[in-house]
Amino acid sequence: MEVKEFKNGVWTETIDVRNFVVNNVTPYYGDDQFLVGPSERTKKLWDVCLEASKEERQNNGVRSVDTETISGVSNFGPGYIDKENEVIVGLQTDELLKRAMKPFGGFKVVQKALEEHGLVPSDTVSELFTKYVKSHNDGVFSAYNEEIRRFRSLGLLTGLPDNYARGRIIGDYRRVALYGINKLIEAKKVDHNAITGPMTDAVIRLREEVIDQIKALKDMIEMGKKYNLDLSRPAENAREAVQWTYMGYLAAVKEQDGAAMSLGNVSSFLDIYIENDLAKGLITEVEAQEYIDQFVMKLRMVRHLRMGAYDEIFAGDPTWVTEAIGGMFADGRTKVTKTSFRFLNTLYNLGPSPEPNITILWSNNLPKNFKNYCSKVAIDTSSIQFENDDMMREMRGSDDYGIACCVSYQALGKQIQFFGARTNLAKTLLLAVNGGRCENTGTQMVEGIEPMEDEILDFDKVMANFKKAMKEVARVYNDSMNIIHYMHDKYYYEKAQMALIDTNPAINIAYGVAGLSIVADSLSAIKYAKVKPIRNEEGLTIDFEIEGDFPKYGNDDDRVDIFARNAVKDFNNELKALPVYKNAEPTMSVLTITSNVVYGKKTGATPDGRAKGVPFAPGANPMHGRDTHGAIASLNSVAKIDYCDSQDGISNTFSIVPKSLGATEGERIANLATTLDGYFSRNAQHLNVNVLNKETLLDAMENPEEYPQLTIRVSGYAVNFIRLTKEQQLEVITRSFHDSM
Amino acid sequence: MRVHSVESFGTHDGPGIRMVVFLQGCKLKCLYCHNPDTIDTHGGEDYAIESLVKRAVNMKSYFGEFGGVTVSGGEPLLQSKELIHFFQRLKEEGIHTNIDTNGRLLNHFVEELLDKYTDLVMLDIKHMREDGYQMITGMKNKETTFNFAKHREASGKPMWLRYVLIPGITNKPDLLHEMGEYFKDYKTIEKIEIQPYHTLGVHKWESLGWEYQLKDARENTAEEINDAVEILEQYFKEVKVN
Repeated sequence: MEVKEFKNGVWTETIDVRNFVVNNVTPYYGDDQFLVGPSERTKKLWDVCLEASKEERQNNGVRSVDTETISGVSNFGPGYIDKENEVIVGLQTDELLKRAMKPFGGFKVVQKALEEHGLVPSDTVSELFTKYVKSHNDGVFSAYNEEIRRFRSLGLLTGLPDNYARGRIIGDYRRVALYGINKLIEAKKVDHNAITGPMTDAVIRLREEVIDQIKALKDMIEMGKKYNLDLSRPAENAREAVQWTYMGYLAAVKEQDGAAMSLGNVSSFLDIYIENDLAKGLITEVEAQEYIDQFVMKLRMVRHLRMGAYDEIFAGDPTWVTEAIGGMFADGRTKVTKTSFRFLNTLYNLGPSPEPNITILWSNNLPKNFKNYCSKVAIDTSSIQFENDDMMREMRGSDDYGIACCVSYQALGKQIQFFGARTNLAKTLLLAVNGGRCENTGTQMVEGIEPMEDEILDFDKVMANFKKAMKEVARVYNDSMNIIHYMHDKYYYEKAQMALIDTNPAINIAYGVAGLSIVADSLSAIKYAKVKPIRNEEGLTIDFEIEGDFPKYGNDDDRVDIFARNAVKDFNNELKALPVYKNAEPTMSVLTITSNVVYGKKTGATPDGRAKGVPFAPGANPMHGRDTHGAIASLNSVAKIDYCDSQDGISNTFSIVPKSLGATEGERIANLATTLDGYFSRNAQHLNVNVLNKETLLDAMENPEEYPQLTIRVSGYAVNFIRLTKEQQLEVITRSFHDSM
Repeated sequence: MRVHSVESFGTHDGPGIRMVVFLQGCKLKCLYCHNPDTIDTHGGEDYAIESLVKRAVNMKSYFGEFGGVTVSGGEPLLQSKELIHFFQRLKEEGIHTNIDTNGRLLNHFVEELLDKYTDLVMLDIKHMREDGYQMITGMKNKETTFNFAKHREASGKPMWLRYVLIPGITNKPDLLHEMGEYFKDYKTIEKIEIQPYHTLGVHKWESLGWEYQLKDARENTAEEINDAVEILEQYFKEVKVN
């Protein structure tokens, strides 16, 4: 296929994938009837993958690890699942589900992860990383001060990316297919020449980074050669477009092991090539679906080497291969194509799965057929999530964006994000009633908060102290972030991904909070009931007695919902006031992943009546069982948190039993679509949807091998239910399942 | 209004997603009533109409094209005077209104409520014959329900029928044919909903200290439900199992 077959635009002159898509896409308004099942080849491959996944589970979660090779874009020989049946090729290592060492994030973590499986790194690698090479983790801990370490170890800051890759950056992997790598190298060379003095830190750093990017691009060409692919030139047909795009992504996950390694927004881009081949009669629907099925299969097989402790925060071995599907163009057309459907269809052809993390960009104006199909898939698989396209497109400015990690907007190829894990807002509130001391250890965490001796907590006093505590916690949090991202750039720069992004992109620094519903309910209890602190001999508040009732977050009651909204606004404003590395723009999320369990463990009893150690609600969800006014009231409370104050995302997980959605399949589909319309029209940002019976989950706990693909949405991602720890499984089961009739 | 409870995500009481207001009080005491705690006219809680309107307005974005507010019970028509005000306010807010009723009342309040403010009526047909009607409801005169249906038909506004299917009691083919014959020429009936008998409400009878009257009845088999659907499909545009 010659480039001239496509409609020209700015994209032919400069690197601009969006412009190519806008000019060449064929929006699709029809239904799902054109879809086909998996090909014989796909079925054979998937059987091999299922078997390998089973071996992995039986072998303590890891099938095998290469302890000799340091992972990198072209450091492994080619790997296949079953070569003769593969139309899309490429594995992270030379063998299916074999994990690789990525020690630049932190060598100790690699050692620990290997040790847990009875392995050690080769002598050469050990010697290199103990004697000669400094890692990101080494760098960070050289700069951390005592205060940050204290905040980290006592649980005010958790999950910081200080010993593994930060992830979250999305390369524009489509560029590999559209332009071929030679052209991308040329463009980077032009950029490099244009970065001129005066030679400040920033300019010097950028000049060095661009040269690293060019090296990574050359490595990608080498990686392609191992699979007999010539990535130096553009893709010439649909199969190559899928293959080339995947190769771009593969380079990223060979080099980096960030918690979240999103894919972006590739489906409608690929659709252009598929439509072209279909029109020319080169392929049929069977091949079109086969390319997508096999691409998705590869994405499902992405693995990183993790240590056991990682599972507490990000349970179930997730990789966050997040693909954003749907949404609208700024010109009012829909971005939905037939390949949007084909991606979703993989959840039937290959069965449900947490990865790729399929995210529907929901707009009120999406074609009705697509809305209904998405609802059907959500009901059948509990594997997909939804985000508010109308709001993000308008407020953030681009109609060509992906979702970084779980819920976060990121303009593709134009913007990146520095991942910042999250701080514990509930524990921050406890500092306010304990004179700035940790409620568990008595350690002084922040200065300037008067100890409280009141018999009954006084709302105004607690609020004033809470604001002081937030300011201090924000300061320490910001310090840690600046150190982490400085060091990550220095020791574990994402050269392969950054090579597929504009040379000087906009940057968001993505802060986060956990424990929001506890803060809201606690403040409500203090204001509307009588909360009596119970103090130990050291004057630390170890429990609370509550007299009287109080409004609870999750019931569409403004009296308490305002506390959630304001806590987000106030903490975000504190963060915004602080200086950030590389002048990144602060954004914040209300999101927990599965860390709501470990955060709960590290937090004492709270004034809302939650006992010490009890898990938090996930993300922005109301606390389990307190949203007693039904599903809509619960959704409405969450929708009140202002996206302006939390532009990194506001995660809500909605679980409902099938029968409660409607009596017939048609009704359930229509009602879920209507619910999404309703929720997002109230400027809500994100919704995970689980349509499940609790009994299914209980049975899966008893008989895990019968549910190898049972998937459930957790805050911002999905997991294989049987790969959660027992504690996390129980936490999921105790959540509110809307089932009142 | 005397309200028993409010459900914010009703998907089984009328079209689309609905706020369902269960009103307190009913003059019947049907053998299988699954909300027996709504029967006592002295129970429930007083709700200001405006607070219910506000709740409905907050849910409006979820109602979509078809959803809205359903009043059920209990028997809502016992409070038809208040309902006129409630529904009038809902119509001002552009919200679809629906009454789930046994149709035993038809006075000038009810007529005003139905004709002016009620977008949909779901009429519960207990039994086609007098003896059966009395056995189930404890009350005489099934004709009142039929008169109610006639009034709705004359008004030209939409109506659904609901029918609780109890094996051995209401599922007999001749009864189903009789119902079909009776209503087949009604133009306002959009669909009939079969509500298969279930025992989910039994514990509520026990907690009220009442003896459950239908102890011997069992739930329908899939085949029995299917048989009933096949018969009713000969007469009605749409038959739905709820």
